Amino acid sequence: MSLTDVLAMLVTDHTLRTVSLGSGLVGVVSGSLGCYAYLRKQGMMGAIVAHSSLFGITVAFLLGSLIGGRVAPIQFALPGALIGGVLSMALVSLIVHSTSIKVDTAMGIALALLFGGGVFLLRIIQSLALPGHRGLRDFLFGQAATMTTADLATIVGFSVIGLTVVILMWKEFKLHTFDPGFAASIGYPMHRLDQLLLATIVLGVVVGLRTVGVILMVSLLVCPAAAARQWTRRLGSMMVLAALFGMLSGVVGAVVSAVVRNLPTGPVISLVATALVLVSLVAAPRRGLVAGALRRAANRRRFGVLPPDPGMHDRAAGEGEP
Amino acid sequence: MSGDAAIRIRDLTVAYHEAPVLWDIDLDVPSGTIMGIVGPNGSGKSTLIKSIMGIVEPAGGEILVFGKPFSAQRKRVGYVPQRTSVDWDFPTTVLDVVLMGTYGSLGWFRRPGRDQINAALHAIERVGMSDYVDRQISELSGGQQQRTFLARALVQQAEIYLMDEPFQGVDARTERAIVEILREMRRLGRTLVIVHHDLQTVSHYFDLVTLLNIRVIATGPVGDVFHDENLRKTYGGGQEFSLRR
Ligand SMILES: Nc1ncnc2c1ncn2[C@@H]1O[C@H](COP(=O)(O)OP(=O)(O)O)[C@@H](O)[C@H]1O
Ligand SMILES: [Mg+2]
Repeated sequence: MSLTDVLAMLVTDHTLRTVSLGSGLVGVVSGSLGCYAYLRKQGMMGAIVAHSSLFGITVAFLLGSLIGGRVAPIQFALPGALIGGVLSMALVSLIVHSTSIKVDTAMGIALALLFGGGVFLLRIIQSLALPGHRGLRDFLFGQAATMTTADLATIVGFSVIGLTVVILMWKEFKLHTFDPGFAASIGYPMHRLDQLLLATIVLGVVVGLRTVGVILMVSLLVCPAAAARQWTRRLGSMMVLAALFGMLSGVVGAVVSAVVRNLPTGPVISLVATALVLVSLVAAPRRGLVAGALRRAANRRRFGVLPPDPGMHDRAAGEGEP
Repeated sequence: MSGDAAIRIRDLTVAYHEAPVLWDIDLDVPSGTIMGIVGPNGSGKSTLIKSIMGIVEPAGGEILVFGKPFSAQRKRVGYVPQRTSVDWDFPTTVLDVVLMGTYGSLGWFRRPGRDQINAALHAIERVGMSDYVDRQISELSGGQQQRTFLARALVQQAEIYLMDEPFQGVDARTERAIVEILREMRRLGRTLVIVHHDLQTVSHYFDLVTLLNIRVIATGPVGDVFHDENLRKTYGGGQEFSLRR
């Protein structure tokens, strides 16, 4: 299939349009909210939340099957994912506060327990062949191609909530992330803001689970942010660019996996997002590797072959005074 | 006497875990003075400042700011955190950081407007950073970072300022510029409490000094308390010696 065929399909094919729209929106939300995961150095937390949500997803599916009402069990997956994600963080915090175990180990334990539990329950559900269990497999590596209008509506709902919170709390989130001590000194409730920011990041994770899958979801959370940081100097432009990078990853992932048979969406999205990081690290002005090499070469030409002096920067500010 | 105290601390004890980091602190900072706080690394200087600012919850004791609890006096107190306590690679500019000093008076959800920007630009000018208004903060020298933090405190328009090592890692020129600004602030009647690590300059910069090492070793006019014996008690000798780096 040629590129023009794919583009034509995007216009004419209703399913592909829904799928691209949904995946693009997932990229926008995860990409922009992921900036806070990146800046607060909570990318790993995002990975733990994503993996652990599998436990919530499978438990919710089992409960849904047991209750057996008119709602398909798969519809309980996202609320279950939210609960599973929050549970993982509660577990980490419980371990850190009640034992001498440090946070990275605690995250490992939570991941082992909840992701392991999730995979185990997934096996059980599959061996019981509960109705609708095939849909659950999509949560591992992601599948955009089966996205329905209802899924799209859920994504839109999550997006509106997440983006509204970030816009409303713009200066509060920014200050609390940059300088929590100063924020507390002017009366910002440190603990509450931590929780709200974490909840926002969880939302950015959960919104993309079905599209990207629990295993690779973290890449859509942190890669667009990491790439965007290279090109921008302000939080606002960083978020906008991260949203665009996320959208690009989402749409490309959706289209490629829709066109290539049996290709899950998550890996494609991850690869595109990672490629964006690589390109940005190399090519960005000021911060990029190429720009750095050019700057060093220029300095060598101007000042001879002195190696950089680590204290130079501070002293340069003295502007010629002893 | 207590009516003159900008800050009055009684029986303050702070612990992060079991062992107290500050023990039974009594301290009065008279209004309109500059007080230096000195002590070895880990002696609780930052913790003392954070307790006054309500950032750290004390285990016991009382802290009054102009006779009332800090939470009722927030807008009268400005804060300069330790420069190294933040990530200077955060994507933002000098102007944006200085504007953060207006957030306290803005209240929730409201964004800074013209007035706030003008106040910030004025503060940036006072600290001699006008050429760097739109500079990305990751591209600042240590001295410029410190000036930026000072400008942010200036726009808070407070009466008391607590500053945590404002001279740490700055060049000689910046140090002189900052001292000049501090003296001007005192002329305007401000009260300044400054954590400091350079013992050589204590008697030049401060009216009062507090020697701190978990307890208050001594506090009072520099001429009275800043002598070798108190310094030995604070920095070395006996069981306190182990705290010395
Ligand atoms: N957030 C914290 N959690 C646990 N211990 C802390 C924390 N902050 C400081 N401490 C400990 O409290 C003591 C005093 O620290 P600090 O007030 O920063 O000292 P100073 O500013 O005089 O160097 C040190 O032993 C330090 O390790
Ligand atoms: Mg300190």
